[in-house]
Amino acid sequence: MPDARAVQPQFPTLERQNDADHFGMLLFLSTEVLIFGGVFAVAFTLRAEHADYAQASKQMHYWIGGINTGVLLTSSALVALMVEAVRAGRAKLAGWLLGGTIALGLVFLALKFTEYALEYRDGVVPILSDANLHGGVERLFMDLYFVATGLHALHVTVGLCLLGSLLWPFGRARRERTAVFAGNAALYWHLVDIVWVFLYPTLYLAR
Amino acid sequence: MSPSQVNPRMSQEAVPDTPEERRSYLAEGHSLRSWLLTTDHKRIAILFMVAITFFFFCGGVAAALIRLDLLTPAPDLMSNDGYNRAFSLHGIIMVWFFLIPSIPTTFGNFLLPLMIGAKDLAFPRLNLASWYIFVLGGLFTLITVVAGGVDTGWTFYTPFSSTYSNGAVFLAITAVFISGFSSILTGINFIVTVHKLRCPGMTWGRLPLFVWSIYTTAIIFVLATPVLTITLVLVALERVFGLGIFDPALGGDPILFQHLFWFYSHPAVYIMVLPAMGVVSELITNAAHKQIFGYWFVAGSAIAIGVIGFMVWGHHMFVSGQSPYASAIFSFLSIVVAVPSAIKVYNWTATLHKGEIVIDGPLLYALGFIGLFTIGGLTGVMLAMIAADVHLTDTYFVVAHFHFIMVGGSVSAYFGALHFWWPKITGRLYNDMWARLAALLIFFGFVMTFAPQFVMGYEGMPRRYHVYPQVFQPLMVMSSVGSSVLAVAYVLPFFYLFWSLRYGKPAGPNPWGATGLEWTTPSPPPKDNFETVPVVDKEAYCYPEQGRAGEPQTQQAESVDA
Ligand code: HEM
Ligand SMILES: [Cu+2]
Repeated sequence: MPDARAVQPQFPTLERQNDADHFGMLLFLSTEVLIFGGVFAVAFTLRAEHADYAQASKQMHYWIGGINTGVLLTSSALVALMVEAVRAGRAKLAGWLLGGTIALGLVFLALKFTEYALEYRDGVVPILSDANLHGGVERLFMDLYFVATGLHALHVTVGLCLLGSLLWPFGRARRERTAVFAGNAALYWHLVDIVWVFLYPTLYLAR
Repeated sequence: MSPSQVNPRMSQEAVPDTPEERRSYLAEGHSLRSWLLTTDHKRIAILFMVAITFFFFCGGVAAALIRLDLLTPAPDLMSNDGYNRAFSLHGIIMVWFFLIPSIPTTFGNFLLPLMIGAKDLAFPRLNLASWYIFVLGGLFTLITVVAGGVDTGWTFYTPFSSTYSNGAVFLAITAVFISGFSSILTGINFIVTVHKLRCPGMTWGRLPLFVWSIYTTAIIFVLATPVLTITLVLVALERVFGLGIFDPALGGDPILFQHLFWFYSHPAVYIMVLPAMGVVSELITNAAHKQIFGYWFVAGSAIAIGVIGFMVWGHHMFVSGQSPYASAIFSFLSIVVAVPSAIKVYNWTATLHKGEIVIDGPLLYALGFIGLFTIGGLTGVMLAMIAADVHLTDTYFVVAHFHFIMVGGSVSAYFGALHFWWPKITGRLYNDMWARLAALLIFFGFVMTFAPQFVMGYEGMPRRYHVYPQVFQPLMVMSSVGSSVLAVAYVLPFFYLFWSLRYGKPAGPNPWGATGLEWTTPSPPPKDNFETVPVVDKEAYCYPEQGRAGEPQTQQAESVDA
């Protein structure tokens, strides 16, 4: 299967090139972890400074967040299976698994935005609709909540685009490398998932 | 090496293209398109060089305005607001658009693949993307200037930046935010390249020390820059939408901003100095024509600096109201981080000891680095003493401290690298007499500019003020005069280096008799760097036993020499 055209001139072998792509992706993900690390640092610091910091989280629709956690975890499992299917050359199965992953990702976003809409209705959105935000600390919490989940939603969208580009027919042109690309896109999707797994308890559960 | 090779006589006759030049990466197309769409690491290095030289000039103009205004104690040249904008712009441009990218993106880009025997970086298109991102960030900086500039200083402290400042803070933050992605991508590219593209025989223990320092720098790029990215995003959101994160009026924590900012910015000062240390290791070994003293100590101290450098940021915040226990720990760790730096200085000096020294331009730049860096580092240790810092913080003493390292040290090393690898990059030799003159002028101009600032700071002159007591005027004038000497000295190399492009003698592959793989290939190198994949069988810096009289000996294995 190794195709000479797939190897860029700076690499001695295709294997080395695939290793490099994988390693590069891991390094990139470490930068993403640090970006969210900054958000968590803010969340924990402000929480330590204000005894009633998490008060506002009591009004949140934690069951939506809970369902969303399940949705993302399932999609992560599907994407892992998808990578195995691509490696095993079972294109059809891989297609279904990929479709499932993307569908669940879209469900996540739909639920997330429903939740935003409910919060708007409840009057707990800073600046836009803050009738029910009592006191500065609740506002402080909701500010960070929107920053953190908004940034995460942005990453979900980017992840969906990456996965979507695997569906794109042009992807065929470099079929030899599809498995590598799929593996790296899946890694990104796992990151999106992991970040949420930490965001959910931080923002919804720990009161 | 005959002396005439180092000092080509001034001649008025242009040297026609050499055969090497006609087969080199420079001959792979002359159109603008061939440059702007290149993925060749050597050409991208030159693109970066052009871009950062432009910003060095912009930052220099701001510095000139500052020094001109400070000639008299009265605020005559600029308004208070104008002065704030001048030093902010100076800091932002010099830090993020010159010094952080300087050595890594130019010499790192050019030399890393050559030194490890690779054809290119691991991700050549990403490398080009990194340049475009950098230029886009730079464009935003220029827009910031047009939009009226920014008055927060390069540190963007909240709540001033997020709430009260009336400058174009959002634009300035956007500029720095964008340039951060360029750093991150370059960092990833370098790390992967060092791991995956070393040629056969190039083990970790045989890497030239420049590669070690660029590798460590790349790790800091990857692990520190994202924290700046998110911090700037938060400040921007606070400024634009009035969110409460750092704003004390909303219950936010302005000191938290300082923690996040310095968590990036202290490692960032090592981004600025580690590559310079790598350059000096190359220059010193070559000048002494001797194996480096304590290879693993020099390589290991780069890693140690990279690691400990992440744990000392609190020394910028001794007077911020952080916990005194934290201050004590940060003070201790800041003293510890000076140890690996000192190890390097000792090892360079020991390498020179009993070497076969030739005093040429590159060596003078390297010696300038060592001297000025040592002073800058020692004053850093003084500042790390809490008791001294309470008095000295936010004074000219701090300004002098970091300029000794960043300008006296790193910029000298940048020029040293430019001179050392100029024959490799362009294929031509310059006139070394001028190089030595420029190196000396830079040294003296620098000391004259910044040494008085130590005295003034010690006597209490605060930084970022342009109105000052009469007693400081003599030292201020001395500093301003020194800065004009420095300006002339920085411009000088442009003349003789450009002169060499037309009239300089062809350099040949290895004009200095150096040992790195980059010297085994023609100057300028062909597009693919090497005709055949190099094989390495020696450690770095195995200079010939017979000294300069012997045949130059590189890391390339003898047996495969065709
Ligand atoms: C040898 C180890 C070093 C130590 C112990 C040290 C210590 C310090 C301390 C304590 C301060 C804070 C002074 C204050 O604001 O009151 C400081 C400021 C600074 N240092 Fe260093 N330093 C060291 C090396 C470096 C290096 C290598 C660089 C740059 C390449 C550097 C750049 C700076 C800068 C830019 C500032 C001022 C930042 C600002 O307030 O605008 N330092 N240093
Ligand atoms: Cu520091």
